[in-house]
Amino acid sequence: MNSAAPNRWTADAMRKRVRRRYSSERWFHAVGLGAVALSVLFLAFLLTTMAAKGFGGFTQYEARLPIDFARSDLFLDPATLRGPEAAQTVAGADIEGTLTKAASAAYGPQAAELFGDAAVNRLSSAIVANPDILKGQSTLWLPVSSKVDVAAKTKGDDKSEALVNALEQRQSLRRTFNTGFLTASDSTDPSAVGVWGALKGTFFTILVTMLLAFPIGVLAAVYLEEFAPRNRWTDMIEVSINNLAAVPSIIFGLLGLAVFLNTMNLTRSAPIVGGMTLALMTMPVIVIAGRNAIKTVPPSIRDAALGVGASKMQVTFHHVLPLALPGILTGTIIGMARALGETAPLLMIGMRAFVAAPPHGITDPATVLPVQIFLWSDEVDRGFVEKTSAAIIVLLLFMLAMNGLAIYLRNRFEQRW
Amino acid sequence: MSLGLALAGVLLVALAAGWLGFARARRLRVAGRLHSLPVYHGSYALLWAAIPALLILAAWVPIQTRMVDQAVLSSPEGKALPAFEMQRESILSEAREIASGEREQGFNPESTTLAPRVRAEQQRFGAIGAAAAIVAALAAAMLALRRSAPDFRARTGVERWVMILLFGASLIAILTTLGILLSLMFESLRFFRLYPVGSFLFGLEWSPQTALRADQAGSSGAFGSIPLMWGTFFIGAIIAMIVAIPLGLMSAIYLTQYAPPRLRTWLKPILEILAGVPTVVYGYFAALTVAPVVRDFGLSIGITSASSESALAAGLVMGIMIIPFISSMADDSIAAVPQAMRDGSLALGSTTSETIRKVLLPAALPGVMGGILLAASRAIGETMIVVMAAGLAANLTLNPFASVTTVTTQIVQLLTGDQEFDSAKTLAAFALGLALFLITLLLNLIALQIVRRYREQYE
Amino acid sequence: MTPNHSTITLPKPEVADAVEPPVERNPKMSAESVSVFYGDKQALKDVSIKIYDDRVTAFIGPSGCGKSTFLRCLNRMNDTIPSARVTGKIELDGKDITSTAMDVVQLRARVGMVFQKPNPFPKSIFENVAYGPRIHGLSSSKSELDGIVESSLKRAGLWDEVKDRLSESGTALSGGQQQRLCIARAIAVDPEVILMDEPCSALDPIATAKIEELIHELRGRYAIAIVTHNMQQAARVSQRTAFFHLGEMVEYGKTSEIFTNPREQRTQDYITGRYG
Repeated sequence: MNSAAPNRWTADAMRKRVRRRYSSERWFHAVGLGAVALSVLFLAFLLTTMAAKGFGGFTQYEARLPIDFARSDLFLDPATLRGPEAAQTVAGADIEGTLTKAASAAYGPQAAELFGDAAVNRLSSAIVANPDILKGQSTLWLPVSSKVDVAAKTKGDDKSEALVNALEQRQSLRRTFNTGFLTASDSTDPSAVGVWGALKGTFFTILVTMLLAFPIGVLAAVYLEEFAPRNRWTDMIEVSINNLAAVPSIIFGLLGLAVFLNTMNLTRSAPIVGGMTLALMTMPVIVIAGRNAIKTVPPSIRDAALGVGASKMQVTFHHVLPLALPGILTGTIIGMARALGETAPLLMIGMRAFVAAPPHGITDPATVLPVQIFLWSDEVDRGFVEKTSAAIIVLLLFMLAMNGLAIYLRNRFEQRW
Repeated sequence: MSLGLALAGVLLVALAAGWLGFARARRLRVAGRLHSLPVYHGSYALLWAAIPALLILAAWVPIQTRMVDQAVLSSPEGKALPAFEMQRESILSEAREIASGEREQGFNPESTTLAPRVRAEQQRFGAIGAAAAIVAALAAAMLALRRSAPDFRARTGVERWVMILLFGASLIAILTTLGILLSLMFESLRFFRLYPVGSFLFGLEWSPQTALRADQAGSSGAFGSIPLMWGTFFIGAIIAMIVAIPLGLMSAIYLTQYAPPRLRTWLKPILEILAGVPTVVYGYFAALTVAPVVRDFGLSIGITSASSESALAAGLVMGIMIIPFISSMADDSIAAVPQAMRDGSLALGSTTSETIRKVLLPAALPGVMGGILLAASRAIGETMIVVMAAGLAANLTLNPFASVTTVTTQIVQLLTGDQEFDSAKTLAAFALGLALFLITLLLNLIALQIVRRYREQYE
Repeated sequence: MTPNHSTITLPKPEVADAVEPPVERNPKMSAESVSVFYGDKQALKDVSIKIYDDRVTAFIGPSGCGKSTFLRCLNRMNDTIPSARVTGKIELDGKDITSTAMDVVQLRARVGMVFQKPNPFPKSIFENVAYGPRIHGLSSSKSELDGIVESSLKRAGLWDEVKDRLSESGTALSGGQQQRLCIARAIAVDPEVILMDEPCSALDPIATAKIEELIHELRGRYAIAIVTHNMQQAARVSQRTAFFHLGEMVEYGKTSEIFTNPREQRTQDYITGRYG
């Protein structure tokens, strides 16, 4: 009989030991909770920092400017401006000088640098849109230069701060939504930059990636799961695919550089090269997702189809693949989201050039949004900080949308057999 | 004739063949019973017409460039080119660009005179290739259509083609791996002809100099990779892991053993988001926010060499990025330990933490180790965070506040600027890439082996 | 109410009831009106039972009628299931096991459990048995620990088979050996009660016979409660039997009486094989 038992458990030493065990249990629990909380906090901190810094990038300060076009040095023929050569004609005119003169006339000599490239673009478009304004006087609200913008939003150099105060006193300064950020492309002047060029480049690149990686990935997954015999070749293919999924992305960039640019002599920095490089990187992800999705389709469905007399290939393409499609799509979207955020491989194939105009097709030099962010982060001008962060916000929104779509698809269409 | 036109021609023939096959099969079906549906007859003809012809076109493109070059060089204008290879190459490439309309004029006057000849040869060989492809398409189409009969097993034929397509798609994976290996090795070998392997692998000094002009054979720079390896290891395998392993492991333990189910369904995806944030965002965050804080902290505790590009800043942020890799592998491994183990331990009177520490973790250890190795491999191969937050100074230091550089940073660094593709500088990037590839490959293979071989059999 | 025919042949008396101690002392464990809810579903309804020292109490009944659920109440293993809710009173040596004065960690050492499917830890045989004493701090030196391991393995009837390979993995043993290892592991923390949840259902007949012999030997030291859906086994090893049906305890009494002269119709139907 265990008569010693009650005494043993109630003894002091044992009690102390049990208390110690419970306190270490509580400590362990707290550490676990703390770890999760800390990780979530980091994420929150990252997101809020970016949002805070980038919010300003979506707004812009504008100053009021009265211009007397009739008395300015702009000699532009309204007739040309209505024709097809309008943009070129305006580009040749000295809009910048006109602005400087008008600004100095309105606000004094210290306002000479009030306007930058953004205002030049805005005025040029205004003239092309309505050449009649050249006939007389107008008062326009134009975006201020980057230095003045920074001074108005946070703190800039003394000269700009003084100018901002002067403008505010005359109520000639207002803050508006910066639509230009979403419609303009890269520029040397931070007040004129926009992400449109990068967005278009991203679109073309991802298009090429998708068109290449999706079919190849799905077909490879189908082959490996349904048809491949168990021999050394298929083992090697499997091992290759699993390894490729874990290779650092920069290596794919080196591969693209060596093969697509140097051996095949394709255009540097074109979406087609970027797309092919990213396709090589994304394909293994799709294969793995596809295989998992196909694996979940129960054998009973295949047996049923075979029993009706379908060939193996008909079973696969008529029955298995449609049922596995939601899972495949989810995996594809996640893979695409990853490709969307990649920077290093695209740097390797030359996308770090300054591309001022959005691409028209997949063979024009372009840049993608992550690379654009990288290039802007290197800029010294303080005005670029908020633009970079704003571009990051745009990128994160895209990622959120894509991942959200993937999760929605998964929840909506996932079948539990 | 350009490639586009040739492609269009082939496709046209294929579509026509497909339609003819389909129509003929339909007529045959009215007459009697067919083995395969008409659509298969049509597809059969289409596939036979299209695929061999397309393959011919694809193979012709590289052959064509070679033959055009040969023809140009043996033409009268070609013979007049200077003998020195590098100069001749640059003239040729300029002539190619002028011929295709990419540029108006080259630096060398010879290229302008050469361009028309290049264009002519390109057109000649292009026509040959296109003709070959279209003839092949027509011939194949006729042969395929001849076979159309009621008992012709068109479906089997089509399925054989589909099988080839499927197999080909899978081969792309091997081709890619081979491509990576071959291109990296090829360029690295060229590098090692200019610079000894031993000094690269074991050299302690990294100061790459550029080859200033095409006539300079090698370079006077030092390409010792040890400082880079150390930087990579320091940031990715030490600092990042110090952050990620405790946080990742304890998060996984909390989520699998302690968290109420509803909390777990919310928290697990949130942790995954950490892995989904693009690395350029992490890099910018590290450079903008973390690095100044780290530097100020370093200065405040008396480390005067604290730089605004520090290993610590990059390592911290990288560690955060890596957390979900470790936590998700650990989560899966711990969850894979059968409940019976947990019940057995609890039934003996152990607390949850004792069960985790003494029974579940040891049982899940192979999976956890595999996850850690995979995470380390990811951290080592990471580029953007270190490019933006670590630095360019090749430094063999233990000081986390100092600026170090990594393999990936240097690869990016070496391949920017003017690309003299034969210089030791650019080739060194490929050698670094090869080293990186082999190291991460090794880590991944070991991780897989550990998980596979030491996974406990619970039966 | 006489049974039509008994499909059970009781073993010779000397195996089971002959060695029954004459006087029934206070019960080692008692349960009063215990109910268990999983969410809204009630799995166990108002069960009251007493478990005595020196006896084996068997819980029999068709599958899914709450026997294992009840067993798991006795060492509060149902606490590990988030949706489970237990009402009623359960006492060990007269003390309520759900009170704050009773520590669940100690409870589970005093009331050990052997599971249906053998679940040795993926550790060595020695480590499996030593785990319990280690975490409870029951030994103060290595030699003492060795002694505990040896005596536990001896009592579980496994020592002779494994004494030369204590460092081998516990999972490398055969099914029957693994189960005896689990019994040794439970014994090593010196419990007062041993709960067995269908311990032989995953084993072959020879291993089963060995376990039943073991139960018989252990009866002297520990109070044993065993869940089984094998009626013959219950008749072979137990002195008391409780019949569970659809979450209720239908009848409880001496094993011989339950099997030859049950009071309830449901019990008789089950024993004669009408359902189950």
